[in-house]
Amino acid sequence: MSGVQVDTTAPPGAGVTGEEPAAAVYDLVKRYGRAPVNAVDGVTFTVRPGEVFGLLGPNGAGKTTTIGVLTTRVRPTAGRATVGGVDVVADPVGARGQIAVVPQRSNLDRSLSIRDNLIFHAAYHGVSPRDRARRADELLDQFGLLPRANSKPDFFSGGESQRVMIARALMHAPRVLFLDEPSTGLDPAARLFVWDRLRDLKAAGVTQVLTTHDMYEAAALADRIGIMDHGKLLALDRPAALVQSLPGSTTLDLVLAPAGPAVSDLLVELSQLPAVERLEELPADPDDQGSEPAVRVRLYVAGEAPGLVAPAAAAAAGRGMRLVDIRLGTPTLEDVFIHLTGRTLR
Amino acid sequence: MLRRDVHVTAHDLPTFLAQVILQPLFLLFVFGKVLGSLGYTRGGYANLLFPGLVALTAVITGMQSLAFPLVAEFGWTMEIEDRLLAPMSTALVAAEKVLFATLRAITASVVMIPVGILVLGSIPWRWSALGLFAVIVILGSLLGAAMGLVIGTSVQPPQINIVFTLVFTPLLFTGSSQYPWPSLSRLPWFKVVTAMNPMTYVSEGLRAAMVPRVPHIEPWICVSVLVGSLLVLMTVGVRAFYRRAIT
Ligand SMILES: Nc1ncnc2c1ncn2[C@@H]1O[C@H](COP(=O)(O)OP(=O)(O)OP(=O)(O)O)[C@@H](O)[C@H]1O
Ligand SMILES: [Mg+2]
Repeated sequence: MSGVQVDTTAPPGAGVTGEEPAAAVYDLVKRYGRAPVNAVDGVTFTVRPGEVFGLLGPNGAGKTTTIGVLTTRVRPTAGRATVGGVDVVADPVGARGQIAVVPQRSNLDRSLSIRDNLIFHAAYHGVSPRDRARRADELLDQFGLLPRANSKPDFFSGGESQRVMIARALMHAPRVLFLDEPSTGLDPAARLFVWDRLRDLKAAGVTQVLTTHDMYEAAALADRIGIMDHGKLLALDRPAALVQSLPGSTTLDLVLAPAGPAVSDLLVELSQLPAVERLEELPADPDDQGSEPAVRVRLYVAGEAPGLVAPAAAAAAGRGMRLVDIRLGTPTLEDVFIHLTGRTLR
Repeated sequence: MLRRDVHVTAHDLPTFLAQVILQPLFLLFVFGKVLGSLGYTRGGYANLLFPGLVALTAVITGMQSLAFPLVAEFGWTMEIEDRLLAPMSTALVAAEKVLFATLRAITASVVMIPVGILVLGSIPWRWSALGLFAVIVILGSLLGAAMGLVIGTSVQPPQINIVFTLVFTPLLFTGSSQYPWPSLSRLPWFKVVTAMNPMTYVSEGLRAAMVPRVPHIEPWICVSVLVGSLLVLMTVGVRAFYRRAIT
């Protein structure tokens, strides 16, 4: 069932179907110690059983903090959080019984071998000795770790540690799996491997809550995505719906040079071209070492974008500027993020 | 969880044995044997010293077995996280740490007996006082572990060295392990300082059990003070543990 779309009829709110949400936060606020601002600032969302829920946001958005509250490691300043219907503050022990966590940074037990990491983890969660050994071998095999089962985590690369931590999380068959940036720092092959495992898990019905600052990852894995920035949830929907919510169905990026006083007039003129729904100025490309200052703009176009290239070039010429580069595209989650915050994700 | 720590120790047995045996071996050898043979100490000093060194071993081993790993596990490696995420009370995770450190400290103290016989030829041992000996060793080990819990939860990794210097050295020399406390009357200020160190009551309690003819603090006072200090240190330590475990 991994290829099947989730239902689009049920609203994101909880309890409509009478089903207990797998995880939920209500008006969650967290302020650390003497920090001047809230790390999480009034966030509400509900994760349905079996769903893969993604939290997408730049560094410091509050993703890890939100996960921290749901996994009982961070005490909320205000608001409520539940996993499997259990309140994480009122019954942390009950909540921990429902979940497994793959943290952003390796927290493997460096005094134990990989296999013992898995086995002791299962023991902490009350799995019987016979099941422990069997499951450990199964998972080690599935994650391609069997040949190194007896080595210590110190000698593992980031990608390998990540695999071990996911395998460890699965030892006690959790109802909800939390993954904090599961593929950050992995090479493309390792990343695809992790993605495949997570898709298998989804097919097996395991609810997942994952964070990422990679829009491709969010779009590839998540049924629904919450976009976070500065502790706030800015949007929450299916990836396709988020993108569709943007005006304009195709985009045309233009790089114009030299940037000068005429730019603002030119932008007005471009935005009035036929079929242009919206125009956004893009941040300067940091890789661009060109000799003259350039402006980057993105036009959101209803219908065919290529037909706009000629009129855009003409408009630029009329203001003494040249069209240096063009790029056609369809909007991505990155565009949604830019639209919401005026900044890029990275 | 206890099995995890025992498992790790078992796989690292040489280190454990070295820590447990070498330290007391050298202490006994230098203070009991070398100084005695050179005539710097009076005969009988070794008998007086031995209970003090058992006390020292209990407290120090308890403290080391808890504080060092805990600072690392909370600081650099975060490897305690997997246990904090297990479906059990956070206080139990702290309790396991204390229990394990206490067991290590008791083991180390008991090992002192054969080591003492080996180095000194004989040790002051009274079967009739076995009960008191056991109670004091257990309380001393718990005391060390409780101190370790407080240190381990309140120290950031970069400070560990300085804290150990600041805590360890004074503790080592104001714990009455090298001298009986009542004999300090000629140094009243030092006597007061020493009375503030709960380790003094471990040393004195063990002297009461092993060399009762040497003037010592009454056993019931020792036990009361130790139980009181334990309650205070444990409360502070567990609170701090919660603060580190849940931000
Ligand atoms: N233990 C802490 N004490 C104080 N401030 C903290 C703590 N942990 C996080 N913060 C602050 O809270 C804010 C949110 O951090 P958080 O780790 O939740 O972000 P994130 O979205 O996970 O970012 P990243 O993508 O970098 O992992 C940041 O400004 C961070 O500096
Ligand atoms: Mg994070």
